Amino acid sequence: MSLVARHLEEHGIPTVVFGCARDIVEHAGVPRFVFCDFPLGSPCGKPFDAVMQRAIVGMGLDLLPRATGPGTTVTAPYAWDEDTWKAKCFTKERPFLDEAATTRWLERKQAYRDVKQTGSA
Amino acid sequence: MSDASHVRYIDKTREYYQGEGYDRPYRWAHFDHIPFTPLARPLAECRVGLITTSEMAIRGADRPVPEDDPLRDPYWLPSDTPVDRLYSLKAAYDRYATTLDDVDAYLPLTRLREAVAEGRIAALAPRFAIAFSQYSQRKTLGLDAPKILESLREDRVDVAVLTAV
Repeated sequence: MSLVARHLEEHGIPTVVFGCARDIVEHAGVPRFVFCDFPLGSPCGKPFDAVMQRAIVGMGLDLLPRATGPGTTVTAPYAWDEDTWKAKCFTKERPFLDEAATTRWLERKQAYRDVKQTGSA
Repeated sequence: MSDASHVRYIDKTREYYQGEGYDRPYRWAHFDHIPFTPLARPLAECRVGLITTSEMAIRGADRPVPEDDPLRDPYWLPSDTPVDRLYSLKAAYDRYATTLDDVDAYLPLTRLREAVAEGRIAALAPRFAIAFSQYSQRKTLGLDAPKILESLREDRVDVAVLTAV
């Protein structure tokens, strides 16, 4: 997503990225970033909390004209209910993809390499 | 507090996949230069394009991209699709801690429609884009991103909102 934002911005379209993986987005480097310190999957606020989502999306809309230079991060001022997810994500106990999804991912990765070999991608 | 304690996904994924027996760590995209384009007009006059990695689909319709499609090119869905008809096919999210059952928590269509109604933005583009989280950065940068740029230009979009799931 960061790469798409960078490409759009390079070609004259201002962007704002909403995301939960602060290190990955900032490592790539995007012009405007609203960081939501929530589990991956909830970058615009807590599910079913319209008031919070409105505030977070509003922060991003405000940031569009407000940012004066690239690499501007604002942090949504909210915490998830419980903090244990941070320690547990990407562990054996809570693998990121289940076994079936991992298999599909590996198959697609190999298939993409095969397609690339034939020159059609 | 939450600012200082954010999850280090780059370290976590490296450790996780090393533990799974992968010896070469994924090289996350990194650039020294960050592009920047200031707004050309007030936000209230801007037409907004929406782009997401959340692999949206419409209930009752065919899957937009076959599950085994190796290319997983970007695709588009109408922005006026009722939110309760949309759902996400994304497998890669923290399914232990959160849910994708509320579309607006990662694809803020309702929130952006409200912003249009309030006059905060001029309009939403007629379609939103779905870009897959690709393993190949070359694919994203060289093929997917230019297609999305082209669609935004066709839709005369002034600013883009991107949500990473």
